[in-house]
Amino acid sequence: MADSALNPTSNVSAYYQTRSSQHAVVTSDWLAQAQAAVSRHTDDGDLLGSDGRAAAIGGRGEGSGKAFSVIDEFNSWRKQPDLAEAVAAIRALAAVIRTSEATTMMELEIELKKASDSLKSWDATSISLTAGCDLFLRYVTRTSALEYEDFNSAKSRLIERAEKFGEISCKARRIIAMLSQDFIFDGCTILVHGFSRVVLEVLKTAAENKKLFRVLCTEGRPDRTGLRFSNELAKLDVPVKLLIDSAVAYTMDEVDMVFVGADGVVESGGIINMMGTFQIALVAHSMNKPVYVAAESYKFARHYPLDQKDMAPALRSIDFGVPIPSKVEVETSARDYTPPQYLSLLFTDLGVLTPSVISDELIQLYL
Amino acid sequence: MDPRRSARTVSDPKVRQVGFFTPAAPPERSCSDPPRQQDLIQPQSPSSTQVNDHSRSGDSLSPVMIPPPPHHHSDTLLRTALQVSSPKTALSYSAKTVTIPTENDDVPSSLSPSRKFVAVKSPSSYPGVRAISVPASELTTVSVVNLPPGISEKVGGGASVEVQNDRPVSSKSLKEKTSKAERRAMQEAQRAAKAAAKAEGTKASSTATKVATSANTKPSKAAKPSSQKNDGSQFAASEKKVGDRAPEKDRKKDAPHPRMQYDDTSRVEKAKKRAVVKQTEVRNRVELFRHLPQYEHGTQLPDLETKFFELDPMHPAVYKVGLQYLSGDIRGGNARCIAMFLAFKEAIKDYSTPPEKTLIRDLTARISSYVSFLIECRPLSVSMGNAIKFLKNQIAKLPLALSESEAKATLMSDIDRFINEKIIVAEKVIVKHAVTKIRDGDVLLTYGASSAVGMILLHAHELGKQFRVVVVDSRPKLEGQLLLRRLVRKGLSCTYTHVNAVSCIMQEVTRVFLGASSVLSNGTVYSRVGTACVAMVAHAFRVPVLVCCEAYKFHERVQLDSICFNELGNPDAISKVHGREDINYLDGLVNRENLQLLNLVYDATPSDYVSMIITDYGMIPPTSVPVIVREYRREHLWS
Repeated sequence: MADSALNPTSNVSAYYQTRSSQHAVVTSDWLAQAQAAVSRHTDDGDLLGSDGRAAAIGGRGEGSGKAFSVIDEFNSWRKQPDLAEAVAAIRALAAVIRTSEATTMMELEIELKKASDSLKSWDATSISLTAGCDLFLRYVTRTSALEYEDFNSAKSRLIERAEKFGEISCKARRIIAMLSQDFIFDGCTILVHGFSRVVLEVLKTAAENKKLFRVLCTEGRPDRTGLRFSNELAKLDVPVKLLIDSAVAYTMDEVDMVFVGADGVVESGGIINMMGTFQIALVAHSMNKPVYVAAESYKFARHYPLDQKDMAPALRSIDFGVPIPSKVEVETSARDYTPPQYLSLLFTDLGVLTPSVISDELIQLYL
Repeated sequence: MDPRRSARTVSDPKVRQVGFFTPAAPPERSCSDPPRQQDLIQPQSPSSTQVNDHSRSGDSLSPVMIPPPPHHHSDTLLRTALQVSSPKTALSYSAKTVTIPTENDDVPSSLSPSRKFVAVKSPSSYPGVRAISVPASELTTVSVVNLPPGISEKVGGGASVEVQNDRPVSSKSLKEKTSKAERRAMQEAQRAAKAAAKAEGTKASSTATKVATSANTKPSKAAKPSSQKNDGSQFAASEKKVGDRAPEKDRKKDAPHPRMQYDDTSRVEKAKKRAVVKQTEVRNRVELFRHLPQYEHGTQLPDLETKFFELDPMHPAVYKVGLQYLSGDIRGGNARCIAMFLAFKEAIKDYSTPPEKTLIRDLTARISSYVSFLIECRPLSVSMGNAIKFLKNQIAKLPLALSESEAKATLMSDIDRFINEKIIVAEKVIVKHAVTKIRDGDVLLTYGASSAVGMILLHAHELGKQFRVVVVDSRPKLEGQLLLRRLVRKGLSCTYTHVNAVSCIMQEVTRVFLGASSVLSNGTVYSRVGTACVAMVAHAFRVPVLVCCEAYKFHERVQLDSICFNELGNPDAISKVHGREDINYLDGLVNRENLQLLNLVYDATPSDYVSMIITDYGMIPPTSVPVIVREYRREHLWS
């Protein structure tokens, strides 16, 4: 991660040399981030983390006063490096059921609801967290004849389903990785944006299967996701090339497909993802390159944004490295919405889906 | 199959093969025409196939069409219908006597001289019954089936033979001819054959079998399938529902139901003869739309009004609603549906089962007759069609052990529940979802007068949101002014314009809210004419289009254009401007041959222009409509 700000190349033109010297500032913010990254190494964020984390840092750890705090449980789960936030939440909720002292179904459901609400409020802007909690509640309480059994057997059934859901969510990445193998062919060039652990898993599996492919990573300002991603890929011996965000259209010709993850998948079939995804999807669409999204099924949310501003805003302060006059406004939104017509396929643990199927799945689950 | 064939020699009306079959063996009939590809019905008796039926699909038609009681008698339509078949047929179409084969047999001897003639030919099938059921598959069945209720009364015998009377009556007499046991055996054999052939059969065939058992429902069926665009299979299937809910039904339900295509003159004639409402066709009709009914407006109302006290079997509440449709007093999918249901509630309240009839079948038949009357007044909207299907479903599901008053009470509460859940509460849910999409500073555009959109705007205003409304309107109905009035009264700031200017005004618009008469399975929105224009312009300006439609208006039909299914309004409305006598450029030219006036009422908006559909099930993309239809129907059937 070091030296990311500098980009030494031997044959850089003079014009660019001057510009790069202007930007070559090791900012204090960068240093602070590096330190925080070391201490918080659990937050090896998925895209969700990159925007939600900043917002949520303040509100962390406000567990309820109960003996068993779902937030604490959640945090302990989150410490595992590879676990997505939503999955951690699901596991925490499963633990709620297990340790609950309720004696009736109604009480248990109320407890669950409260726990899920507190988890959601931990980070209100995170779509996958909200969606994951909602889906968990629906999945778990949707068993029929719950009311006819005696409480303990019903509870054990709930725990079983909760565990199962947790398992599915954990295994989701493996399933997605397996499904997407068919789409990566030898000699292909993949453009990747943002740091998605699912996409990383996909590429890792492809590399393990000895496929020959090349990856182009966008830099992913301001979170430098591309840099982290390229690090990981370099470890796998996959040829990686870094691009600045503006170079996407320039290199789109040599790209065969675009792979992104998702913060959330909305009802229209579109995705909400790190800022810049919409841009890349637009360019890819106009040049007839397929855009593939890798998303677990617990990210399906019942939102339906009509345009970019129709979502709850998720802001992230951006440090440009140089002081900016106070009357200059900065667009700080951390994510954007990509409408379904620009997406080709979604790889989920439910299978390889087209965007219109998302609504079908949501209806079946929620109605 | 074969059992049926041999059965023909016995004058057994019940046997009838209808459906998408290719006959195993060409029926050895005297019919002139071999069954045609398009003729779904395979009449059993050759005689039925018209010998000289001039109508194209005559052969298959004949048994179905059966007695179109032409009024050769000077009496009213009613009375003529009464005579039932034979004499009429004999008189009216000598050629056609053949077509009524079975009926003639049924008719009491006093009636028809041609009977003997017919008998020789051996009646095909029980006219009434089969005929009606067949229409389901048959494209051209006459829409108005049942001769006005009055007719039934006149027919001797069956005291309160409902509706479709003449058939039932004749059937009764026919029954006496062949022994019951024999017929039962025949029926069983046919049913077995049908079951075997069900794989390829359409609902019509199953209907046919079932129909055999339920004599009374025949005419109603005929009317319904043919004329009701929406009912079709569902309706036919639900009729049979009594006891049988085979899975094939679901498959058959998926098959499209045919409607009466009005370009076939012979069928139109037949339909006219049976109609309660006498309509005269407009002379100059646009070629492309000849398959839609077009009548001279203004002629029916006075006529119907005079008949108010004569239409005995027709319930006055239903009659009233029909007149209101005709005159245009009630418009809009929800309003029409609610008015119809309230009238039906009245009718059910006053209903009493005639002796020797079961409530289920009889009531269904009666409802069908009411519906066919309403169709004559104004073609059904999709919402009404679905509602009727629901009602018939509920009737068919009534447990047989229920007493009459309990059954009636159940039905009435079902109707209330439907109106409340699917219309009133649904609208509230839609409003709740839709107001989340309205932000401060929005400029909202709407077209026409949709009840759902009006409520959304008013509610958003109540919540204190700051927005402007643009109401787009169009001639000749100028419905937008109704909505405008409501909004202005409540203090919303509105702009009013006509659809000609929509491309100018669209630049400042941020959201478009539209209502719908129906949303079809491929996401196409079927709505007031002009909606497609507005949606297209909005799409060009990248303005999101939100369609607000209750889920009960969804339909599994698929429509690719606005032509194959539509409604033609009054052409005079577009040639004249009310209140502007100086715009009389077309006076005197209207009846010229080279001028054709076209006043369409609905149009179809492709799903590409629709961003989102707001229903009581939430906000869904247009591609998810078939999912809702699938879930909704399932809940429908099992509830």
